[in-house]
Amino acid sequence: MTSLGTAALAVGFLTTLYAIGAAIYGAVRRERRWVDSSRLAVYGFMGLMVICFLVLEVAFLSNDFAFQTVAEHSSTTTPIFYKMTAMWSSQEGSLLLWAFVLSIGSSAVLYLTRDSQRQVAPWATAVLMVLAAFFCGLMLFSVSPFVRLDPVPVEGAGLTPLLRNPYMAMHPPMIYSGYVLFSIPFAFAIGALITRRLDTTWIRSTRRFALVAWIFLGIGLLLGARWSYEELGWGGYWGWDPVENAALMPWLLGTAFLHGIQVQERRGMLKIWNTGLITATFVFCLIGTFLVRSGVLQSIHAFGASTVGGPLLVLIGITSLGSTLLIWSRRKDLQPERRISSPLSREAIFLINNLLLVGLTAVIFWGTFFPLISEAVTGVSSSLAAPWFADYVAPLGVLLVLFTGIGPLFAWGQLSGSAALRVLAWPVALSSLTVISLAIFTDVSSSPWALFLFGFAAFTFVALAQEFARAAITRRALTGESMPVALGSAMARNRRRYGGYTAHFGIVVLLIAVTASSSFQTKEDLRLAPGQSGKVDDYTLSYEKLVVDPNNERIAFNARLAVSKDGERIGTLTPARQYYPTQDPSAGPIGRYFEGEATSEVGLRTSGTGDLWTAFQPDLAPIEEDVEAGNKALADAGPVAQGIAIVAIADAYAADPPAATFRVIWDPLVIWVWIGGIFVMGGALFAVWPTSSSRQRAEVAKAAKAAREASGSTANPGGRS
Amino acid sequence: MDPSRKRKIRLVVSLSVAVLLAAGLVYTSFSASTEAREPSEIIGSTSGSTYELTGKVVNDTVVRRGEDLRFRIRDREGSENLPVSYSGTIPDAFREGREVIVAGSLQGGVFVAERDSLVTKCPSKFTAEEKS
Amino acid sequence: MTYAIAAILLVCLVALVTIPLRREQEDPAAAKAAFDREELRAELAELEARKAARYREIRDAEGDRAAGKLDDADFERLDGELRREAAEVLKEIDRVRSQLGLSAKSG
Repeated sequence: MTSLGTAALAVGFLTTLYAIGAAIYGAVRRERRWVDSSRLAVYGFMGLMVICFLVLEVAFLSNDFAFQTVAEHSSTTTPIFYKMTAMWSSQEGSLLLWAFVLSIGSSAVLYLTRDSQRQVAPWATAVLMVLAAFFCGLMLFSVSPFVRLDPVPVEGAGLTPLLRNPYMAMHPPMIYSGYVLFSIPFAFAIGALITRRLDTTWIRSTRRFALVAWIFLGIGLLLGARWSYEELGWGGYWGWDPVENAALMPWLLGTAFLHGIQVQERRGMLKIWNTGLITATFVFCLIGTFLVRSGVLQSIHAFGASTVGGPLLVLIGITSLGSTLLIWSRRKDLQPERRISSPLSREAIFLINNLLLVGLTAVIFWGTFFPLISEAVTGVSSSLAAPWFADYVAPLGVLLVLFTGIGPLFAWGQLSGSAALRVLAWPVALSSLTVISLAIFTDVSSSPWALFLFGFAAFTFVALAQEFARAAITRRALTGESMPVALGSAMARNRRRYGGYTAHFGIVVLLIAVTASSSFQTKEDLRLAPGQSGKVDDYTLSYEKLVVDPNNERIAFNARLAVSKDGERIGTLTPARQYYPTQDPSAGPIGRYFEGEATSEVGLRTSGTGDLWTAFQPDLAPIEEDVEAGNKALADAGPVAQGIAIVAIADAYAADPPAATFRVIWDPLVIWVWIGGIFVMGGALFAVWPTSSSRQRAEVAKAAKAAREASGSTANPGGRS
Repeated sequence: MDPSRKRKIRLVVSLSVAVLLAAGLVYTSFSASTEAREPSEIIGSTSGSTYELTGKVVNDTVVRRGEDLRFRIRDREGSENLPVSYSGTIPDAFREGREVIVAGSLQGGVFVAERDSLVTKCPSKFTAEEKS
Repeated sequence: MTYAIAAILLVCLVALVTIPLRREQEDPAAAKAAFDREELRAELAELEARKAARYREIRDAEGDRAAGKLDDADFERLDGELRREAAEVLKEIDRVRSQLGLSAKSG
């Protein structure tokens, strides 16, 4: 089966080269048939990538250890869901995922624009296929997913236990899909720059792809944060680690782009800015891929030195330099149709928000790459920790919330001072009231940024509530529908606007939760022996007992903690530690079951007001003697006898365990991080979902086209729009 | 004032603000950062300043006494090593022979680590490292 | 084995991508004319989109006035500006249409 994969990959590589050539030839010679041929080549490329993807998936599912990548990342005992997702835990598998998603995205956008974007599409095809050729070439010549092992091993190494988490299993495809799909608006922007067709056509035909990319990347970020919260055992969801930052930066730039193009569509401004933004977004997507795969920065996720770093760096350099030169050479064609006439206008607020987002990205970029920057400047690599990031992100985030609220209140064009005062009155009044009551009745003012953020969040909520209420009331006056129905139909009539507002609501909820959980959490490390208890915030936790839970993959020690509040028992938490065996023979036949990878399963008690989070670190020193004895006595024993011995050792340990360390965190409002995130993604999905009216419009356009073709170019096209 | 002059002034003002902010960023980042060092680079130093010590955990040196974790870190390539005293969360991936980063300062020949500062690199099943 | 499969896949691919090339050879001049006409059509589509955007903005401005976001004076100025621009776009649409040989009545 490896031959089928390799053959499809090789033919795929040739296909991308052909598609590049045919597209450029067709565009330069103005010959439709060559352009059509290049588009068919892209479809063919998709078919080949589907073959590659399926070959590898089937190999994983059928434990075909003749595939080196299967032998290294899966095993017969790996659960079936993780067999399906083990593919992208390897470098070669994630490259294949890149190419696979790219082939589908490219085919989709070329299919949708087959009749409309005759000038731009061929160049966009060439850009997309250059990327495809790059990733195919890497696989073909450097890190193939179809390397054959001979002899075929009987068992594989299994998936790294840390990755056996449903959130982590879905995290890479989401992030990669986001990265890859941002290449589509980028490719069309390049096509538009080359052909000087710099109106809004390229934006209109690719903004949906940009929004879908943004949604995927956002979901990926949320999944990664949730994984970190549940699996990594340090108690947080965001640690300003380089690899986390790598995925956040293109998302922030993409956010700026999605807002910038609205200003361009409405007012004909920010043309250079928007083409620059989409280029930067895509370059940061490449940098994200590079950071994860190159190991240039110290990170808990750094996957070690790898071979694809160099070529990726070259691609990043060519992309950013080439695009910058191209934008510069077209600066005359990118002149704005209008200027911003007043700071009291929606376009001005959009511009400020764009600058804040880009500023935020710049800060994160600087902090992330500081080890390299400082090494270049001083010769010594220095790094920046989370508090440095927080110092900058807090004020920028607070301002972002404020301007998110102001934007929709202002009209496009220009407001007079009196109109501005009128629209700001209610939000300002109610948010001031919120700040004053928070300062008086709570201790929030101990953290000034938190107080600011909550105040501005109240401002934004009031502004959004006004917008939704007004839409519903207007609709109701028109149709006489009941309030909820009127709200629903008003939203459905302008999905982009109200989907956007819903996303704004979600992001503000998320930022409130982030602020609350980072500023007001209580963190304790309790050292408890069975029977002892400790107090964290209002909760008392007592260590009841230790339970052993072995299965054929690992041994788990589950600690039972009784939780009580005000003297009343309210529940049980079961943080666990799981030990996976190592293949390293030096650990001994028994020792290898305890010396391999270990993972934490946190014990969580979630509620609307906050999470009680616990992680468990047992002290395994007492079993060392038993393990040593076992290693000697059972060196030649069969696996069954060894299994019995291991369970006996674990049971003896659990019957009388020594004191263990429990990290306990009271994390206020943290559940709203995920709820807010769901609102953001839901709002964006609502905005991007094809509406019946857009479907109708597409049909009208199709009918018009058919009429035009039927009657020749002299007749009137069927109807005026 | 004619609009183009006004635009020019606005541009100059916003550029200077950007430059000022960037200068602040550069200044704070150099003062807030901690330098990364390997054991051989700080052995014998008495400065007491804070470093990020990077290297590999030496085999058979990990001892746990209650909350206190003691081990030795050696250079990635080399055998010079330093004893480390650490307390706080131990990452799941912490093992002898693994590459770790820990922040702290040298006090009387022992590297006393800050609480919860230990970071272990992901076990590299991902890498090309093992193959090459 | 690999080469045999690759050869089969390659034949399939060549058959696919040469479909448009095997079409009857058009007169090159006619093909170029068709290409130019398409360029004009693309321009027309952009102008139509711009017209729709202006109409939408006019509607939104009316909504903003009703919501109290725009004073009457602000509204009059913005509305006048938008209508002037819409008229210019309509003129452009007529020009492109006449170039395309379509009857110039876009409203």
